Amino acid sequence: MTAPAIELRRVSKRFGSVIALNEVSIAVNPGEVHCLLGDNGAGKSTLIKILSGVYRPSEGEILIESRAVDFRSPRDAAEAGVATVFQDLGLIPLMSISRNFFLGREPVKGVFPFRRFDKDHANAVAKQALIDVGIQVRDPTQAVGTLSGGERQSVAIARAIHFGAKVLILDEPTSALGVHQAAMVLKFVIEARLRGLAVILITHNINHAYPVADVFTLLNRGTSKGTFRKSDISRDEVVRIMSGGEDMAVVEREIADLLARVR
Amino acid sequence: MTDETSGPPEPSRAPAVARKSLMAGDERVAQTSRFTRLMRRPEAGVLVGLVATFVIFALLPGAESLYSLQGAMTFLTLSAELGILAAAVALLIIAGEFDLSIGSMIGFAGIVIGLLVTRLGWPLWAAVGSAFAVAVLVGYLNGLITVKTRVPSFIVTLASLFILRGLSIGITRAVTGRTQIPYILDNPPDPWTAALFNGHVFTGLFQWMGRQGWIGVKGDGMPFVAGIPMSIVWWIVVTSLAGWVLTQTKFGNWIYAAGGDPVVARNVGVPVARVKIILFIVTAVAATLLATIQVMEAGSADTVRGTQKEFEAIIAAVIGGVLLTGGYGTVLGAAFGALIFGLVQMGIFFTGIDTDWFKVFLGIVILVAVLVNNFARARALGERSGS
Repeated sequence: MTAPAIELRRVSKRFGSVIALNEVSIAVNPGEVHCLLGDNGAGKSTLIKILSGVYRPSEGEILIESRAVDFRSPRDAAEAGVATVFQDLGLIPLMSISRNFFLGREPVKGVFPFRRFDKDHANAVAKQALIDVGIQVRDPTQAVGTLSGGERQSVAIARAIHFGAKVLILDEPTSALGVHQAAMVLKFVIEARLRGLAVILITHNINHAYPVADVFTLLNRGTSKGTFRKSDISRDEVVRIMSGGEDMAVVEREIADLLARVR
Repeated sequence: MTDETSGPPEPSRAPAVARKSLMAGDERVAQTSRFTRLMRRPEAGVLVGLVATFVIFALLPGAESLYSLQGAMTFLTLSAELGILAAAVALLIIAGEFDLSIGSMIGFAGIVIGLLVTRLGWPLWAAVGSAFAVAVLVGYLNGLITVKTRVPSFIVTLASLFILRGLSIGITRAVTGRTQIPYILDNPPDPWTAALFNGHVFTGLFQWMGRQGWIGVKGDGMPFVAGIPMSIVWWIVVTSLAGWVLTQTKFGNWIYAAGGDPVVARNVGVPVARVKIILFIVTAVAATLLATIQVMEAGSADTVRGTQKEFEAIIAAVIGGVLLTGGYGTVLGAAFGALIFGLVQMGIFFTGIDTDWFKVFLGIVILVAVLVNNFARARALGERSGS
């Protein structure tokens, strides 16, 4: 058994008197898709922000390959091999695919006063990196804004893989996408997994999560409701725990009562 | 199952899951022609506008004077002076900021040079060097205040516009009792400095062309047009340099990113604040370069010089396809914008139309340019037509 690529041990985060996360522990192995499921306000966003170095935990520790780390900024997390694709994707629509791909990490050529951005290299590498994850781009110099939502997700994922991410965190990658586009993004999630990355997938859509995930962690109101391997839990059970168990049955009964009264 | 060829083909192994092209659009989209690609560039609109302007003035009375060598040099000089500013301003707008203080900076830099030379007896090179040092400081402060306070640069530099203009007039009047500083170039100890900003290049070539009878000559046999003015040389130098930085360097990539989405840019490690501060310094330095050229040409400094140049530079950049909201545009476009500006200004003069109408024309052109830019932006983002 190899060491987990990333591990959180009893991590809590408080904002003043609000407890956003309460002693959450997760461990994600290389080549595994770990799905974080939870309703709005469950603490998913806080958790990813801790994983990606945006917030520092109030308590608990983060381990990368069994070494305790302290992320002071997103940069620290990125250097440790943790790449996060937020919902804004970290892409600039008016700029080309290859300029976006290398933004902040531009390859250069030439000596000092004439040192310049190596565009040919950038175009070739960006194109190849996209082909490697299975996307054909017409032209790496076309603006990212011309791509569909799913294609943009794919570019962001391909970039993270290319720059050596060991842990890939995807924040609601399918939330704004149609069925076909969402399927395409989920295929890239599997592609990343096959390359040995530890993937953390955040979503509240069980239909997208269930087919690709190996492990589920269910969050509710800032606490973990448990971690399950897919073989140990059914889709319906996931839904039931996610929505807070009996709460959903109560809601359904209330709706039924309401409809009965209207008629 | 003994016959190995009869079974179904072995499925290829796992990593091929997403191997199939999911962006199958590539085969469906026809190869774009060279012309289509040209027309998609940000400067395409202004290039069409420039050609149209050339043609319109060619058909109007006065075309002969406008398109004579002398007329051309006159409008090119006008374009050059604006173009030096427009190149720097284009970079700053693409990075998502405005500098309204450059007009006042032109006046202030001229005053710095004038006072240091006439009152303190400094050599020209030292006075010019000091003016550039002041520009770096002004640009740095504009940039620093903008990025630290997050007050829109429009407001920060509006304040600098008034402060610098007020300082120019106040200091000059306190020291000299007037608002102009004449006789700066009388007895300059270093005429070489003046020649760097004033004067002409290729004078020998123009004299030779005069002797050949190809261009008009004065009574003493010297050509009417002595050569290419230094302002045009500086325009070409500044435009080439700014264009090279924007399109060919890492810093250029950061300029686009800073204007395209500063939050995303910062998150991927682009030093957005530093990029913006540097570009505020660049605009102030460009204003000082123009101020120096004007002082060397006129031999005097005037506290009101450069008034409204900030708007003209923004207009030239916007006509040239630079998006006012940042993140999109080119330096070459800004140069074309400056060229249209100079051409129309002189063209209206030569056609005999009342030059008061120039401003009406300008207003209309700005509006049209912004609309064209919005359209170009939508197309660059691939938004479907008809929406």
